[in-house]
Amino acid sequence: MRYLPLTEADRQSMLEAIRAETVDVLFRDVPEAARLAGPIGGLPNHMGELEVERLLGAMAAKNLPAGAVPSFLGAGAYRHHVPATVDHLVQRGEFLTAYTPYQPEVSQGTLQVLFEFQTQVALLTGMDVANASMYDGATSCAEAVMMANRITRRKKAILSGGLHPHYRDVTTTDARFIGFEAVAMPPAPTGGEDLLALVDDKTACVVVQNPDVFGHVRDHSDLAAACQAKGALLVVVVTEALSLGLLTPPGDMGADIVAAEGQSFGNALNFGGPYVGLFAVKDKYVRQMPGRLCGETVDADGRRGFVLTLSTREQHIRREKATSNICTNSGLCALAFSIHVSLLGEAGITRLAQLNHAKAVQMADRLAAVPGVELLNDGFFNEFTVKLPKPAAAVVEDLAKRRILGGVPVSRLYPGEMEDLLLVAVTETNTEADMDAFAAALTEILGAEVPA
Amino acid sequence: MSMNNQGRPSAIPAASAGFDGVTGTVTGNRGLQIEEPLIFEQDSAGRTGVDLPEVPKVASRLGAVKPRAGVGLPGLAEPQVVRHYTRLSQKNYAIDSGFYPLGSCTMKHNPRLNEKMARLPGFSDVHPLQPVSTVQGALELMDQLAYWLKTLTGMAAVTLAPAAGAHGEMCGIMAIRAAHEARGDKARTKILVPESAHGTNPATAAACGYAVDAIPATADGRVDLEALKAKLGPDVAGLMLTNPNTCGLFERDIIAIAEAVHAAGAYFYCDGANFNAIVGRVRPADLGIDVMHINLHKTFSTPHGGGGPGSGPVVFADSLAPYIPVPYVTHGTDGFALVENAGDGPAFGRMKAFHGQMGMFVRALSYMLSHGADGLWQASSDAVLNANYVMARLQDVMTASFEGPCMHECLFDDRFLKGTGVTTLDMAKALIDEGFHPMTMYFPLVVHGALLIEPTETESKASLDQFVDALRALAERAKSGDAAYFQAAPRLTPRRRLDETAAARKPVLRWTPPVAKEAVAAE
Amino acid sequence: MTRKFTKDHEWVLVEGDVATVGVSDFAQSQLGDVVFVELPEAGRVLEQGKEAAVVESVKAASDVYAPISGTVVEANQALVDDPAMVNSAAETDGWFFKIQIKDASELDGLMDEAAYKSFLEEAH
Repeated sequence: MRYLPLTEADRQSMLEAIRAETVDVLFRDVPEAARLAGPIGGLPNHMGELEVERLLGAMAAKNLPAGAVPSFLGAGAYRHHVPATVDHLVQRGEFLTAYTPYQPEVSQGTLQVLFEFQTQVALLTGMDVANASMYDGATSCAEAVMMANRITRRKKAILSGGLHPHYRDVTTTDARFIGFEAVAMPPAPTGGEDLLALVDDKTACVVVQNPDVFGHVRDHSDLAAACQAKGALLVVVVTEALSLGLLTPPGDMGADIVAAEGQSFGNALNFGGPYVGLFAVKDKYVRQMPGRLCGETVDADGRRGFVLTLSTREQHIRREKATSNICTNSGLCALAFSIHVSLLGEAGITRLAQLNHAKAVQMADRLAAVPGVELLNDGFFNEFTVKLPKPAAAVVEDLAKRRILGGVPVSRLYPGEMEDLLLVAVTETNTEADMDAFAAALTEILGAEVPA
Repeated sequence: MSMNNQGRPSAIPAASAGFDGVTGTVTGNRGLQIEEPLIFEQDSAGRTGVDLPEVPKVASRLGAVKPRAGVGLPGLAEPQVVRHYTRLSQKNYAIDSGFYPLGSCTMKHNPRLNEKMARLPGFSDVHPLQPVSTVQGALELMDQLAYWLKTLTGMAAVTLAPAAGAHGEMCGIMAIRAAHEARGDKARTKILVPESAHGTNPATAAACGYAVDAIPATADGRVDLEALKAKLGPDVAGLMLTNPNTCGLFERDIIAIAEAVHAAGAYFYCDGANFNAIVGRVRPADLGIDVMHINLHKTFSTPHGGGGPGSGPVVFADSLAPYIPVPYVTHGTDGFALVENAGDGPAFGRMKAFHGQMGMFVRALSYMLSHGADGLWQASSDAVLNANYVMARLQDVMTASFEGPCMHECLFDDRFLKGTGVTTLDMAKALIDEGFHPMTMYFPLVVHGALLIEPTETESKASLDQFVDALRALAERAKSGDAAYFQAAPRLTPRRRLDETAAARKPVLRWTPPVAKEAVAAE
Repeated sequence: MTRKFTKDHEWVLVEGDVATVGVSDFAQSQLGDVVFVELPEAGRVLEQGKEAAVVESVKAASDVYAPISGTVVEANQALVDDPAMVNSAAETDGWFFKIQIKDASELDGLMDEAAYKSFLEEAH
């Protein structure tokens, strides 16, 4: 039992110090009927590293890693190249095995990272302030809506049909239990929607996503101004944070709150988690924010230092009146995000974003040239929707058999709907050969379907 | 209110020309403690830490959106970035470097095997929306983890979706509400929460639209059963109780508590934050619990990472098993299947964008397999033994709040400091100079100036002895009337006490470019 | 007009039909360094004993209750800008808000300075 340092002799001498006969005596407050007589049944006994590696290695081997084949999956999780430096640094024990920095004198490392992270997120989103992270983009989105409810003292959110349906579902789940109204618009894969028409004097916020779940990019400046004129806030959701390296940021469009997924920077796909929720707001709303905030101050010697601050918003102080019940956030994923963004820098982030866009344009053109395939997007960043002449789910299965992960069928996100639509994401990791292989395989699969 | 004497800025000592007034060195560095500016203060335009290929020349297709002019990020080369974060890391205390007895946080050893397993490409490089046929191993891992959690708790069902403990609480309370609503019972508007609860419990109940009613504790630090019974009624939806509780004590009356809650038609939610005390030795189902979250980042040693990520699976008894969120893994005809949409079933909704914290699942299962049933039995035994040993060795110089035995953590209050001028906070800061992370302070709220010590099973006796000896000596020193020593602590850290009042009065929450700062000043 | 106190440590000073409200010196000493106050906007209708304002230190947040019912006529903007005034001048310049009194008889249930002093001695 390699994780347990006590020896039998230690245990005996400690029991003597406690004046207890056995360890079992220490469990005497447990009702007798609930005390197990020995190790729990139905589970194996302890194993060495080698055995654990074999077992878990066998499970891992049953999966098809996205990096092993041409992969074009997106829809809220993106495969980007993560520099080796990132994973090396996040595994430093001083970051990995530290707790939340409640003791600032021995946590300046984590605190300075958070301060820098908050600044990076504020710069990328074009907002005034950002917090120290949330669980993921979807929970950020739901928290943004609840924050808008608090600020406006209204209880209705209008959710764009372009909002990722999982984000929509997390928000409507909260709406049901927390007690607010969430009006979800139907998905609009090809066109716009009139959100403003729905805004009334009960509306706390309108939630849009940019680029939206179908890949469309839009300028929401007019919507922001119109919402604010009616006393409502504009929440902008971003699921592909790299798009912030190229597109006009939500802050410049007038967004009041930005809720985003930061996985694209520094974090692997991990089958969906852990990821890192980004949350940024206008200055005037800071005290209504959920989550931890790190602030600059000085120490007893007058030297610059950092502390967690404005904690009276949080559950450990305000309890049932807290702005959110969140405690643990995504600290280490935020660190990975921050290191990756630091490595990229201004020049790197611009170029990486341009590279993603350019490759997506190339791929869109290649797919649009496949007979029967129609591109639905005028404007997009690194992801777009194509219409296929047969159900996308079957096509994707067929592509997987040819060892190509050819995008996400829209019906996976909207069961029973839009079965002919396919979402395709392209990143810097996709080579010319990947793109050719995808287009060729799709041509073949669709061609096989056309009667002779 | 003793938390408010933290900020005590003092004048900077006069320095010799060119030398730092605090450290006496030219650079302000102090040997291995190296000062590190903000990353934004190390910018050189055009410099980068990545090499990217040429961007293909294509006409951009951004629709109506304009490309942005710039972001404002600094440019650094790779070696600078490595050094920046390495130096920052060296300003942190961590389990890897020392004893971290934070009560209620379970800061135990984080095995590196778990890190290695989580990084296998078959787990880390898998997209959540890949065809299910290409992720059978990932679903098998989730299924295995679910099996372990159900077996260890004796419960009927589990959801892996919640991202952390508080998120699990939310999930559990939503399930309770969904179950009441499914029966058409909408009269239940209250959740009972003991005074000693974690702040997340009342915050969660309130977030789910319930009124929170506090239950007092008895003199022996446990829920007052009679007071509880008096509050139970047709308006109570459930009870949220931490067990072992936040005083480190097992709720002796727990079975009677569960029976009373059930008799009132309410559900029993257990905050599983302290599961480490009993894992492998006691099954929560045998205590009458209906629903409980499990902090994988506590009990099952996934790293805390400076504040996250966590993972908060929730186990459910039969009565609540239908009311879980999507997604979940099922055994299909053709291998494992994934139910991703609630459809018309009783699933109450969705908690998170995708399937839960997969990276944490791998680490937790790797930990469980390493320990096995026999190892977990020994681990909880050692966790409880270590806490009782610390309590036994300190109770003559400090004041234990309640009589033992304790479970995995022991609680002291500040009566032993009465009249010394030294507070719980001062004591904690003096421990930092001795090379220890402080215990949890001022929590739980049911005793004055709480000091909650959780050693965990991964500390050796030698490490406990060193900690106890230091704490004993400090307690004696406090009683001898040397308050000034404590009030000036810590002295040996990268930063001394920080001015939290100034930070909260005029919050500075981000770096601002010098030009912008000047422009603001000129207004 | 004399100052009256509540058991929740608010004070109220009546001049004509307008009452000035603040927190007691004892309350500020318990709060520690005040870093933030949130005051009700003019026109808001307050009910006796219900939440009216918020006062925060670094590690604590407390609600301030309306000692009597009425309509807010003015909030102390200087206090918002310099919350430390709660600590330095709790019962003078550190007032929170003024309200138009709805029912003067509500004042009868409050303590005068002497009664409040003995209340503090008993309770603490």
